[in-house]
Amino acid sequence: MNALAARRRHPAAIAVLLVLGLFLTGAVYAAVPPTRADATTKALPAQTAEEGRALFRANCASCHGLNAEGRPTGNGDNIAGPALAGVGAASVDFQMGTGRMPMAAPGVQAPAAGAGEVKFSDADIEAIGAYIASLAPGPAVPSDEAVDPTKGDAAAGGELFRVNCAMCHNFAGAGGALTRGKYAPAISSTISDKHIYEAMETGPQSMPVFGDNNLTPESTRDIVAFLDTIDAAESPGGMTLGSLGPVTEGLFAWVFGLGLLVGCAVWLGSKAA
Amino acid sequence: MNEHDTPATGSEVTPTSGPGAPVRLDQGHVVGEGGVPERFTNPGLPPHTPRMADLGEDAAKRAEKQVATLFGISMLGTVLFIVLYFAIDVEQTVFIPGIGLTSASNFALGVTLAMGMLGIGFGAVHWAKTLMPDEEIVESRHPMRSSQEAREGFVGTLSEGGSDAQLGRRPLIKYTLGGALGLFAVPLVVQVAGSLGPMPQKSLSLTFWNGGPSGPGEEPEFVPLRLVRDPENTPIKASDVTIGSVFHVLPEGLLDLEVHRLEEKAKAAVLLMRLDPDIIESQKELDWGYQGIVAYSKICTHVGCPVGLYEQQTHHLLCPCHQSTFDVTQDCKVIFGPAKRPLPQLAITVDDEGYLVSTQPFREAIGPSFWERGL
Repeated sequence: MNALAARRRHPAAIAVLLVLGLFLTGAVYAAVPPTRADATTKALPAQTAEEGRALFRANCASCHGLNAEGRPTGNGDNIAGPALAGVGAASVDFQMGTGRMPMAAPGVQAPAAGAGEVKFSDADIEAIGAYIASLAPGPAVPSDEAVDPTKGDAAAGGELFRVNCAMCHNFAGAGGALTRGKYAPAISSTISDKHIYEAMETGPQSMPVFGDNNLTPESTRDIVAFLDTIDAAESPGGMTLGSLGPVTEGLFAWVFGLGLLVGCAVWLGSKAA
Repeated sequence: MNEHDTPATGSEVTPTSGPGAPVRLDQGHVVGEGGVPERFTNPGLPPHTPRMADLGEDAAKRAEKQVATLFGISMLGTVLFIVLYFAIDVEQTVFIPGIGLTSASNFALGVTLAMGMLGIGFGAVHWAKTLMPDEEIVESRHPMRSSQEAREGFVGTLSEGGSDAQLGRRPLIKYTLGGALGLFAVPLVVQVAGSLGPMPQKSLSLTFWNGGPSGPGEEPEFVPLRLVRDPENTPIKASDVTIGSVFHVLPEGLLDLEVHRLEEKAKAAVLLMRLDPDIIESQKELDWGYQGIVAYSKICTHVGCPVGLYEQQTHHLLCPCHQSTFDVTQDCKVIFGPAKRPLPQLAITVDDEGYLVSTQPFREAIGPSFWERGL
């Protein structure tokens, strides 16, 4: 106890206490995470465009309008939800299949839902897609063959990715910031090949459209193949530090590299006895 | 840190109480009483404290073993490095806790090299700290100036040599020698300045859209050039460009260049977007576009990064380097960030076959300001 009392006044004591406190808080939070409220009504499976329309009216119409014509918020030029004629079944499959729609709350970004948090069954999404596709022609959900990465050329896809995608989504697909709080999400291995393909076809949210007239279906498949390749690639350097390039790498070098040098300098300058 | 507690010898500022008493650092704030002496004298060196190894042969032996162990670790690390360099396949990966999956060769070579180098370093420092003499020594500095006789003797020798060589009597030799030595420096300067490359001339104001290669000394004749996709090198039909899409565009022929392709690409890169013509506010933007299809230079007017982040809903173009933001509906006016000028627009139309072509080169120099640009 005497030794503890003597160390209490050590200048590092406050820092050590702070770190201990933070760790404790983090550990408690990790052990007892707050539970999410779940207020979704589970809809019955539906197959046809007619049933899709009923599902749409029940779940989407409050923002997109009863007939998917879009709705203004009444606040300036802001819209609650855009008109959906012509966006196609691919757009519905992407937005609802990744859990971006229905949005939990209006905001600048529609974040994807985590694994297992998608509110609608595949059959429901297909039905709503059939309804939206019946309004006006638009991109359809791609076939399995169209998104098969084994049929794509990853090298060509890499070149296309660096020209068309990397400026927003980062050279390694790690994502990046856009204007005013929006961001380009990371394209990680958790996103299915089909959804990547659909995003390029339909241009969700801030993303521009890379339709078949811009990137041919083969080129789009090449990009999917490239993204699969970088997911599978092992990192020879160990920790990727988020693949963010010089920012995180520089921070690491400054904190740990320089810290090590400072520690050595202090040791060199201290007295042996 | 015991020596700090005992007052240093030979000092005027060492009373243990009253004005001028040394204040311990852990006593908090102590209000001074004005007892500052006239001048501070050199407190001298703190008293020497002998180390464990100075006092006992056992401790010295222990330190010796520690130093030898550190040097031994270094030898072990170096030998392991050589063995593992050949033993581990470069492609092999290994999971290291805290680092993740990493190249086994990189990791092993890094660790063994660190052992080899740090073993020597730590051993040497530990040796110096424990066994080498640590008595503080004061060495006075001596004046470095030579004696007056030596200096005069040197000057005498030098001027004697000069007059013996008849430098003063024969000025012609003196001046021609000076000229020869001085001129000899010129080739060196010429080489350095010459290898800086040609002056940019007009190349900073021209791009491939002027009709062809636009390097220094080249002034291409304008011809309308088709807009082609980068990197596919295929021409673009106006009907291909749907609202909300973005094309990364180069002039036709640029990707076929054998030399200076990247230099040309860095100036000629263009972003092609289609907007609803009703939301475009600038008449010039509409006139230089084609049914809402507009082409803008991709080179930021701030410091030349590629402005590639197009948000199709807000019609903002964002530069990833310094967050300059351009509004495409307002002729790419700067609405945020350090850029000072809007992005230059490329005037386009369609040719007989329906492909997009340029109607004129950029009307101003693209990219960041430069000296001759005048802005």
